[in-house]
Amino acid sequence: MEKVKVKICCGTSCFVMGAAQIQVLEFAPPADIADKIEIEEARCMNHCKDTTAKYNRGPFVMVNDELIEEANFEKVVNKIREILNQEK
Amino acid sequence: MLIPKNNANQMRTRILVKIVEKFLQGRFADADRIPLELRPKGGEVSRCCIYKDRAILKYRCMASMGFAPEDETDELTSLKEYGEKALERTTHAVNKLSVITDACSGCIRSRYLVTDACRGCFAKPCQINCPKQAISIVNGRSNIDPDKCISCGRCQEVCPYHAIIRVPIPCEEACPVGAISKDESGKEHIDPEKCILCGKCLQSCPFGAVVEMSQIVDVLKLLADENKKVVAMLAPAVLGQFPGTINNLIGALKKLGFADVVEVAIGADITTKKEAAEFLEKMKNGEKLMTSSCCPAYYKAADIHIPEIKPFVSHTRTPMYYTAELLKQEQPDCVSVFVGPCLAKRFEAESDPNVDYVLTFEEIGAMFVASGINVADCEPEEFAKISCAQGRRFPVSGGVAGAIASLVGDKAEFKPTAINGLNKANIKLLKQYATKGSEFNMVEVMCCEGGCVAGPGCVALAKKSAIMVENYVKTAPDLNEQKD
Ligand code: SF4
Ligand code: SF4
Ligand code: FES
Repeated sequence: MEKVKVKICCGTSCFVMGAAQIQVLEFAPPADIADKIEIEEARCMNHCKDTTAKYNRGPFVMVNDELIEEANFEKVVNKIREILNQEK
Repeated sequence: MLIPKNNANQMRTRILVKIVEKFLQGRFADADRIPLELRPKGGEVSRCCIYKDRAILKYRCMASMGFAPEDETDELTSLKEYGEKALERTTHAVNKLSVITDACSGCIRSRYLVTDACRGCFAKPCQINCPKQAISIVNGRSNIDPDKCISCGRCQEVCPYHAIIRVPIPCEEACPVGAISKDESGKEHIDPEKCILCGKCLQSCPFGAVVEMSQIVDVLKLLADENKKVVAMLAPAVLGQFPGTINNLIGALKKLGFADVVEVAIGADITTKKEAAEFLEKMKNGEKLMTSSCCPAYYKAADIHIPEIKPFVSHTRTPMYYTAELLKQEQPDCVSVFVGPCLAKRFEAESDPNVDYVLTFEEIGAMFVASGINVADCEPEEFAKISCAQGRRFPVSGGVAGAIASLVGDKAEFKPTAINGLNKANIKLLKQYATKGSEFNMVEVMCCEGGCVAGPGCVALAKKSAIMVENYVKTAPDLNEQKD
């Protein structure tokens, strides 16, 4: 089975707004998803620049090709589980 | 177990970003929109209703502007007015932590609770062992009378079904010195006489009810003033706090308006030298023990809560002290801003005339976000002075004792231990070291578990930052080889 790609934006804006904490996924992922994910640290994906509300929607995380806004650990883990459950 | 900061802590960052944004856009003219923008109509609600959320956000904004929620005299005072007041003041906000009464959920007093797992068994060990006769059987199940219960925990120990649980209060549980407690109405309060400003309660409250008074507005104002030369003193825990290299970061801080950036690791090198010399002197004089002194939360704890250990605390000053002293000798007209992971440094700065302001990495991060600065894209710049490996390792547990050990060498027997994180148990341990003696002669104490890289003002995960600190150490010269 293909691994779920988790792209955590590590541009300054996202990093400060909470992406730094989502990196917990690298060190202590929930056991059920631990070997089913591939984590990538992305440079600024420019989402923080292109809307009027700007940084207020960050941090941004891509799970496969879905963009998660105002991401946090919980939202990202839920999305990963959702994708894995679909594949079953 | 590695747990990311909770949502309440992330909200604090968002508020700081908003504060900077409103300052930059129009000196707080629009500040009263912040609670509305963070809790828009139709959006998510985290408490009973959107209006309560917004009311609490207003208090959090006040704190970020440097005003304690309990100092509110008129509920109608607008955030715009608070913003103006903050811009007018010439001395920074008070240094303290407070509880937003409306946000404190008044968690039930630390106590024991019988759960559904109780089988109402025949033996009833809980009832027999309770020294206060607080347990009775109600509807075939054991029941604890909260008025009689003294929270001794005997019932929990003896129940064979593990049916009794202890329900802690997160902030009281986290506070190492018993400074936060309930008033008659069940809401928490912090006693400023006892508080060591460690920030543990702030990190632990899942409702985000604890706030600290920021100096961010004071520094923003100075950065915007072209006649002021504001210099950032970067604590060594800065490694890994922002993406990009430390050299990018210097460039980024200059973009924010800082005239110069210096490393506190330089001061840490001086602390190492002086503390090693002090250690040798003390051992020569037959003293049995010395503890480090660079963590202000520990320093304060020793001062008011652990009098036994006080005589053993090193008299050497902290890295921040020496860094600021050097800076003010070289640039007497500058405004010095310590940038670090620490809330307790704000208290230390009060008695240090060379340190004008203290900001956290989180606060600097908020400035980057609201100014649209991406650190990794900033022009890299070099520090004027190069710090040594010893100073650079200060922010990780074991770093301070290790630095001193490397200078003491074989000049004396060095038997170190580290108190990695101040808590109730470790405070007892320190008292024991002082009164009963121990096999150690050097005790490093850091209030935050893991060291300053785990401080309450950090952006990055302690683990990540610690890795970056170690990499940065590897590229540094050895203090032993440094010529004075
Ligand atoms: S000592 Fe620490 S945990 Fe206790 S009230 Fe003060 S900041 Fe909070
Ligand atoms: S361990 Fe470091 S960050 Fe934590 S209170 Fe002490 S000096 Fe501050
Ligand atoms: S920093 Fe994440 S999108 Fe720009």
